[in-house]
Amino acid sequence: MDANTWWVLIGTALLGLSSGVLGCFAFLRKQGLMGDVLAHAALPGICLAFMITGAKNSFLFLIGAAITGILGSLCINWITRYSRIKEDTALGLILSVFFGLGIVLLTQIQHSNNGNQSGLDKFLFGQSASMVASDVQWMAIMAGLLLLMSFLLFKELKLLCFDASYGQSLGFSMRGLNLLFMTFLVIVVVIGLQVAGVVLMAALIVTPAAAARYWTEQLSTMVWISAVMGACSGVIGTWISSFGYNLSTGPLIVLAATMMFIISMMVAPQRGLLSRLVRLMKTRRELAREQHINSIYTYMEKEQVLKVSLLDLQTQYPISTHVLSQLKEEGLIHMEEDHQDIWIGFTETGWKAAYDTVLTNRMLEMWLMHEADLASKLPNGEIVSKDSIPEHLVPELQKLMIQHQCEPKWNPYDSNQRMKERVVSP
Amino acid sequence: MFAPVSIRNLSVAYHRKPVLRDIDYDAPEGELIGIIGPNGAGKSTLIKAILGLLPLASGEVKIYGKPYKEQRHLVGYVPQRESVDWDFPTHALDVVLMGRYGKLGWFRRPKAEDREFALECLQKVGMESFAKRQISQLSGGQQQRVFLARALAQDAQIYLMDEPFVGVDAATEKAIIQILNELKQQKKTVLVVHHDLQTVTEYFDSILLINMCKIAAGPTREVFHADHLQKTYGGRLTVLPETSNMIVTR
Repeated sequence: MDANTWWVLIGTALLGLSSGVLGCFAFLRKQGLMGDVLAHAALPGICLAFMITGAKNSFLFLIGAAITGILGSLCINWITRYSRIKEDTALGLILSVFFGLGIVLLTQIQHSNNGNQSGLDKFLFGQSASMVASDVQWMAIMAGLLLLMSFLLFKELKLLCFDASYGQSLGFSMRGLNLLFMTFLVIVVVIGLQVAGVVLMAALIVTPAAAARYWTEQLSTMVWISAVMGACSGVIGTWISSFGYNLSTGPLIVLAATMMFIISMMVAPQRGLLSRLVRLMKTRRELAREQHINSIYTYMEKEQVLKVSLLDLQTQYPISTHVLSQLKEEGLIHMEEDHQDIWIGFTETGWKAAYDTVLTNRMLEMWLMHEADLASKLPNGEIVSKDSIPEHLVPELQKLMIQHQCEPKWNPYDSNQRMKERVVSP
Repeated sequence: MFAPVSIRNLSVAYHRKPVLRDIDYDAPEGELIGIIGPNGAGKSTLIKAILGLLPLASGEVKIYGKPYKEQRHLVGYVPQRESVDWDFPTHALDVVLMGRYGKLGWFRRPKAEDREFALECLQKVGMESFAKRQISQLSGGQQQRVFLARALAQDAQIYLMDEPFVGVDAATEKAIIQILNELKQQKKTVLVVHHDLQTVTEYFDSILLINMCKIAAGPTREVFHADHLQKTYGGRLTVLPETSNMIVTR
């Protein structure tokens, strides 16, 4: 790699880092599109800065872009506040109006005689290969400033994202903080314009944050992951474009970030699609299993039989033979086939499992019926669920079951109960 | 002697529609006070106006005789539970810790003693075992307790609570009312936006009835009667005869 590529690499990594950090806050404030608006609104500012000064100076561009960018975000605030137009429409309006203005000015510049003009249009799609050492130094200063401010204002930004009006009541000026945050976003957008361009900049803000959200439930960790992902996509994009196939860096960076997002969405341990699918299947399987055990037990209890015919059972409950064979494999039931029907009975372990399941379900029913009366007996914060019925509630619930005549009649743990004697054979 | 919260000629308007008109009220110190009124009566707006979260069309609010800006360290706030996105990447203790932010001020980070204090507040609401639980994994009642603990972490003299009993389980409702009574014993003043008329006499020492303007205010047993309720709820309270009987028999 030549020296210039190294500069580009550092520049894109810094960009990814800072857009990843700020993107987290924008993402959590549900302002993902704001980056897009700011990027588009920056274009007229850059053009105006060039037209007024006639110089191609990154710092002046930043000032121009910041002014129109903040103006754009203020317009959105005004529109949503003082008219009946909702935020989505306001975003669309401002984005296209400012971008339109920018294009008009850009065309104007390109048709003028100013010899310096070439190069402004690179802001449309970005052209990171043109970055030189001074650009990168300037980017590094800005990125460093942004990271430092995000670090110092971390708790305030967290308040802004989670509960702004509470933050206001504590005495933090949320309007001021919002304006400051918008300025941060404008800065990162302006840094990014040279690399990714107006059109793709928004992706660098939203994508790493959205990907990072899949991996963690802690804001600070999310910010770290997003920063690393942003920096990595910058590096990967630049690296691939350095192979010399004439692929432009900005889009490659965006594609790299998108790949990371897709991978995160699929395989992240808690929130990822795959693990959610696995959990869903597991829950469904357990639910079906439980419902079958419950049905068989209840039927036997009601009809006073120890063996039940599948056909009879199916007239009253939705029974799947697939789940039954699963129960058989688990050794909970045995099935005997005769010429036209299947007879189902519980095994020794099956009886115990069935009794436990039915007991839990009915205790839970009692809890739901009498929650208001029993709640005071529950220690603070404890939860009654299928998996945990607090021990000291059990006697109360048992009393209630007897009262409602729904206690499970056949208790395999009770040696005094001799089930067989009470059974009328089918 | 100044009232903990003193409201003079307060009016609030959204766009052109007035939401609160000419409210005059002095909250009695050390009491549990219910702010009662129908939906859209401006109860939450009143709380937000006290906290300076909304521009006032006219009037003023004083906290112990001084503007809110100078006294905010004395005021704790429990917003409506639905007002935030609970799928935020954070855990219960972290939310409670936000109650310490006001005392910390800009830039300074919470220290170990802030964490300890926050944990104590979680303990008070019976949630210490959920400290590291992701907030979206909490039930509605538990989320409400976390919000209450956050306000406790503010260590205030006056607490403003917006519908703390909405959508919570019976156990949480009992736990919250127990904490409110403890606050009262510590001579703190608690204003609670509430709309369950059945529990008003049981929970509150005094009430403020509003429906855009103040209907009545004072000790619950003097103010909470059919006549005032009729004025507050107008035709909207269709069960009024039975409810008022119930109130009288209590």
